[in-house]
Amino acid sequence: MSVLILCDHDNGQLNPLTLNTVTAATQIGGNIDILVSGDASGNVAAAAAKIAGIDKVLIAGDKIFENSLAENLAPLLQNLSIGYSHIMAPATTNGKNVMPRLAALLDVMQISDITKIIDANTFQRPIYAGNALSTVLSGEAIKVITVRGTAFEAAASEGGSAKTEILESTDDAGLSTYIKSELSSSERPELTSAPIVISGGRGMQDGANFSMLEKIADKLGAAVGASRAAVDAGFVPNDYQVGQTGKVVAPDLYLAVGISGAIQHLAGMKDSKIIVAINKDDEAPIFQVADYGLVADLFDAVPELEKELG
Amino acid sequence: MKILVPVKRVIDYNVKVRVKSDKSGVELANVKMAMNPFDEIAVEQALRLQESGGADEVVAVSIGPAQNQETIRTALAMGADRGIHIEAPHDIEPLAVAKLLRAVVDEENPGLVLVGKQAIDDDCNQTGQMLAAMLGWAQGTFASALEIATDSAKVVREVDGGLEHIQISMPAIITVDLRLNEPRYASLPNIMKAKKKPLISRDANDFGVDITPRLTIVKVEEPEARAAGIKVADVQELVNKLKNEAKVI
Repeated sequence: MSVLILCDHDNGQLNPLTLNTVTAATQIGGNIDILVSGDASGNVAAAAAKIAGIDKVLIAGDKIFENSLAENLAPLLQNLSIGYSHIMAPATTNGKNVMPRLAALLDVMQISDITKIIDANTFQRPIYAGNALSTVLSGEAIKVITVRGTAFEAAASEGGSAKTEILESTDDAGLSTYIKSELSSSERPELTSAPIVISGGRGMQDGANFSMLEKIADKLGAAVGASRAAVDAGFVPNDYQVGQTGKVVAPDLYLAVGISGAIQHLAGMKDSKIIVAINKDDEAPIFQVADYGLVADLFDAVPELEKELG
Repeated sequence: MKILVPVKRVIDYNVKVRVKSDKSGVELANVKMAMNPFDEIAVEQALRLQESGGADEVVAVSIGPAQNQETIRTALAMGADRGIHIEAPHDIEPLAVAKLLRAVVDEENPGLVLVGKQAIDDDCNQTGQMLAAMLGWAQGTFASALEIATDSAKVVREVDGGLEHIQISMPAIITVDLRLNEPRYASLPNIMKAKKKPLISRDANDFGVDITPRLTIVKVEEPEARAAGIKVADVQELVNKLKNEAKVI
């Protein structure tokens, strides 16, 4: 066995979901190498070398990899693939973009969003928005896999001392160009790794009302999320969305406020340890998954909750 | 420009799926089926491009059993010009689908392929990217806004941190996300008209493509159900429980 991991990062910091992917790779066993592409600062490669369990950091510092364009990154991974039994990436939007392109170049069927490793060839993954779990066996010589971060513990970010290897530069495929990003900036923890998440739904009625949730988030050190209905209504940006096609979270505490609990939302949060639902409709499906349900008007309950938290 | 729109037939998103008792898969018999919602958005976008003069033909293609022709008829009723059905097993994998689509692209020479970013049944999120790789085309995935020109397209992508703007050369594959548009409903006259639109059916084996599954499904199970929770009377009780019982705050 020999695993290559595609490191997810923003050219400055390692995406913590990379650490969960390292744990998944450890369960397969054998050598674990990690590819850091782009990263002009070198910060990410330095951080990757310290992750416990990594043997070698492969560095592709070329500018063409800076924005992880799949047209450039997939051929790089293809060239590196020889000798590896598994190539893994976190199931982030970046991993989801690049890995199927790689799988097709290698003529292998990808295994998306795995939640459990049974053995080196057998994996469990959710289908139908997590309403069923499929166990699949792959006979492919190289297994291309994306990993659901919440299903695996994070590997230790310190303690490793991996070797580094600088890769030769390659040509730009010339098919795509990065223009710009509009990223939400927040002082709060990142949604997918926060220990506590408070999310609002259509019941919030207006984007401005999310400030009520933000106040609670700041008291608890929580991240703020939203249901698809709240994002579709324009209350908050797309990166707040928790659900089947948004972000999957599994915090210690998930507070769902004014969220009815559509299947596709539950798919993104039902593995949370403790779920709290505040909703005025006592029939709302969210109460079926909630450990603690409070039937109340959120415009009364949320300010009161803020006060109670002191 | 011709636009090709692959559409998948899936269990309707409102249906609660049930796992078969023999764990071989989910129950499909007597279950309401519909077009994958993301593919509906792709059809809508193709039609809008056509209506604004950016495309002269919209072709819907669906791969699967004979019933997939109903899904193509839905696309035709929305406004697509003609349909191609490729007869194949229901559980055909994304890699094989991408290979068949490549063969269709070779025959049809579209300038753009618009497709949903993922299907809500297998949740794979692979087909568009795989097809782009096989054709050597650019890919604009998870699109929430598009600006199509002759030689290039600007795509706004929904990414984990927010939005990303990229420019890709054409021809290209664009996979669409939820907020790109709101698909139209087919009117009754258009549903009638769709019955007369051309729809050809071909067998997957005619394309000389190996569609043998690469993955074996060992079993499909229900996830563990969460234990039933309790209702609390007020905010005070809630905070008390979170502090002293669950110990999470």
